[in-house]
Amino acid sequence: MATGNELLGGVLAKRPVAATGLMSWLTTIDHKRIGILYGTTAFIFFIVGGLEAFLMRLQLSSPNAGVVSPEVYNQMFTMHGTTMIFLVVMPMGAAFFNYMIPLMIGARDVAFPRLNAFSYWTFLFGALLLNFSFLAGGAPNVGWFAYAPLTSTTFSSGHGVDYWVLGLQVLGISSLAAAFNFIVTIVNMRAPGMSMMRLPVFVWMTLIVSFLLVLAFPVLTVAITLLLFDRLFGTTFFEVAAGANPLIWQHFFWAFGHPEVYILILPAMGIVSEILPVFSRKPLFGYTVVVFSGVLIGFMGWGVWSHHMFTVGLGPVANSAFALITMLIAVPTGIKIFNWMATMWGGSIRFTTPMLFAIGFIAMFVIGGLSGVMHAVAPSDTQQSDTYFIVAHLHYVLFGGSVLGLFAGIYYWWPKITGKMLNELLGKVQFWLFFVGFNVTFFPMHFLGMDGMPRRIYTYTSEQGWEFWNAISTAGVLFIGLSLFVFIQNLIHTRRHGEMAGDDPWDGRTLEWSISSPPPHYNFAKIPNVGARDDFWGQKYSEDSEGRAVRIVQGGSKGKAEEEGHNIHMPTPSYYPVLLAAGICMIASGFLSHLAVTFIGGILSVISIYAWALEPATVSNSNDDERGS
Amino acid sequence: MALSNQEPDHYTSTGLSHRKLLMWTFLGSECLFFGTLIANHMINRNKADLLHGLSPACILDIPITSTSTFVLLMSSMAMVLAVAAAEQGNVKHVRIWLLGTILLGIGFLGFQVYEFKAFVDEGLTIGTNLFGSTFFTLTGFHGAHVTLGVIWLLSMFVMSYKRRDLVTGDPLNLDIAGLYWHFVDIVWIVIFTVVYLVGAIGLSCTEIG
Repeated sequence: MATGNELLGGVLAKRPVAATGLMSWLTTIDHKRIGILYGTTAFIFFIVGGLEAFLMRLQLSSPNAGVVSPEVYNQMFTMHGTTMIFLVVMPMGAAFFNYMIPLMIGARDVAFPRLNAFSYWTFLFGALLLNFSFLAGGAPNVGWFAYAPLTSTTFSSGHGVDYWVLGLQVLGISSLAAAFNFIVTIVNMRAPGMSMMRLPVFVWMTLIVSFLLVLAFPVLTVAITLLLFDRLFGTTFFEVAAGANPLIWQHFFWAFGHPEVYILILPAMGIVSEILPVFSRKPLFGYTVVVFSGVLIGFMGWGVWSHHMFTVGLGPVANSAFALITMLIAVPTGIKIFNWMATMWGGSIRFTTPMLFAIGFIAMFVIGGLSGVMHAVAPSDTQQSDTYFIVAHLHYVLFGGSVLGLFAGIYYWWPKITGKMLNELLGKVQFWLFFVGFNVTFFPMHFLGMDGMPRRIYTYTSEQGWEFWNAISTAGVLFIGLSLFVFIQNLIHTRRHGEMAGDDPWDGRTLEWSISSPPPHYNFAKIPNVGARDDFWGQKYSEDSEGRAVRIVQGGSKGKAEEEGHNIHMPTPSYYPVLLAAGICMIASGFLSHLAVTFIGGILSVISIYAWALEPATVSNSNDDERGS
Repeated sequence: MALSNQEPDHYTSTGLSHRKLLMWTFLGSECLFFGTLIANHMINRNKADLLHGLSPACILDIPITSTSTFVLLMSSMAMVLAVAAAEQGNVKHVRIWLLGTILLGIGFLGFQVYEFKAFVDEGLTIGTNLFGSTFFTLTGFHGAHVTLGVIWLLSMFVMSYKRRDLVTGDPLNLDIAGLYWHFVDIVWIVIFTVVYLVGAIGLSCTEIG
């Protein structure tokens, strides 16, 4: 090692040692702590994005309201969409990927722990860069899909669009790094015996989401790079005057954007596929079919992007082809829904809070899915495009779908993560407030859309007949707000008075329930040997002649070695992931402030990359060295 | 990160190392990156009426680019020999072939700088027309990839003196750098075909201009 240390003046030998406090969080590479960071950050942005939505609903609650100016309204809907997609649903999914995937596949960490920390910090800095636009003269105001040529310097002369582009670039790096990491982790770090077809469905969905990210994000990266070049370097990619076809932007954006939709929904589908079997005390019905319909959705998700563009005039052939594929993609989705229902069928169902959220997910997703099939019919879509009908649809799949699924996951895994049970009564109160509030808010938008109310308008007049349903819709937001208040109350209550969860509070089926709650930092004292799908359940229960589960007397062999983890080498914390993330964010933000910032960021990045590459992943502490390991 | 040889990958489900799998996944992502850029070029290159006389056929120099393509191809061969030498533990040959790869890579970049300068002198810049925008963006990003590869290989060359354990001690490091290098090379083959050959051969300058 001495030769290596000479290279950077011995800096490499000094590794962060803090086990608690701020520095330990900044330098952590433990997938569980990174998962908690992701989840907390995503929840904070959920509140931010929710407040943006609340302002919009207040503005629309009555005709000609003056709560916000049109300019601010435009910023609100742009930032609400961007925030909820990139800073809430995706990172909340990533929180569960981080925390749960290694536990579910029987691994001690992800394949690249430092890269994992880098993903988180890049996400955080990218999110801050995007939101900094509020302080720097105006947030982006061009919609979350930022159609050209509205985004050109001619029509958007402020810096909002630049913040949007650069923020998304940084967030893209984060998503890509995380996706690489999870693909390698899932493919390569499964415990012995954990074959692909024994993986929990949540792990499968994570794998599919990661592949979608790896393949879809570069398309967005190129699109926003071209836009950035147009704005900064005078290229003419989307300049109509130079002969460019601005529709190219829409093609690129939706070639990314539609796979992105599945990136947002598949994690929730995975979570629900874990929860339903546990609370029905039955294995998932048609595991293979659920997995392969997920794979099929992943493939078909690439062939439907132009259904976002039915009204731009692509012609009857293209519209028919995309309409057909869009209708076809409902088939694997429908298969999943029927499998979930069949899983519950005949099971002994426990209506716990996670189960309520999971069932709520199915119900809301079916409504959103059906209105989706309605837009798939191109002629019908020409009536619905850019109306509140679309807003209703996308909130039924993303809010009623993804967010309900993620809340199901929070209630389901909270005991594993913290060791304490969330309060069931408060949880059920939250669910019903949320469920009612959601439907009161978004169902009327179907009627408004059918009545012709366009999206992205900051107000309307009383003659247009949209008053009543808009008022109802805004009233629903209060229920949603109240439900979130109850949720936060529940977190505080649980922290103070929550009952201890024990290792396996839900009588679970997958490996994460076989270890203590919260898990030790090395996860598994002994890497489990997996003999079957739902192996942990198989250790606890056998079947009688009629196929009913019978408890095996001595309980599961929990594999708790008494000599807990003394000889386990975990990767050592590192300074460089957070420094590299900061460097990259500085490179991006320099384009908007001063190129010197870019230059310093570049130097910081280069130093971090070399130091990262040359430091060993695991530094043994001296005790272990004495044992000769 | 891929330089590091110390990620704990003793046991893997597939038998492949984590780092090699990571590089393959990354290259899969890069396919879509360059795929989108190339698609963007192909969509826009025939906006002939707006080319201000600076069309692909007038300005692309096939003989010169063929030469630079050959240089890049030869660098891939040198890369193969460097990896083979690392696997045999022959650090001297590693250095020779790494240096060869690096110099050929720099040679390719030299051709590109010359080409860019020549185009600018003839009046084609990134902002002149759609052909200029797509051409400079696409080949510029490819050049940036080559530059990154050169820096990476240069680092490996220095490591062969300072930290031999990273080079001949763990040939996978050079193997992974090689994967990247070959990928960037293959992308150039596609760019050469699509942008240069398809874009210019068989069309005379006047036909388009």
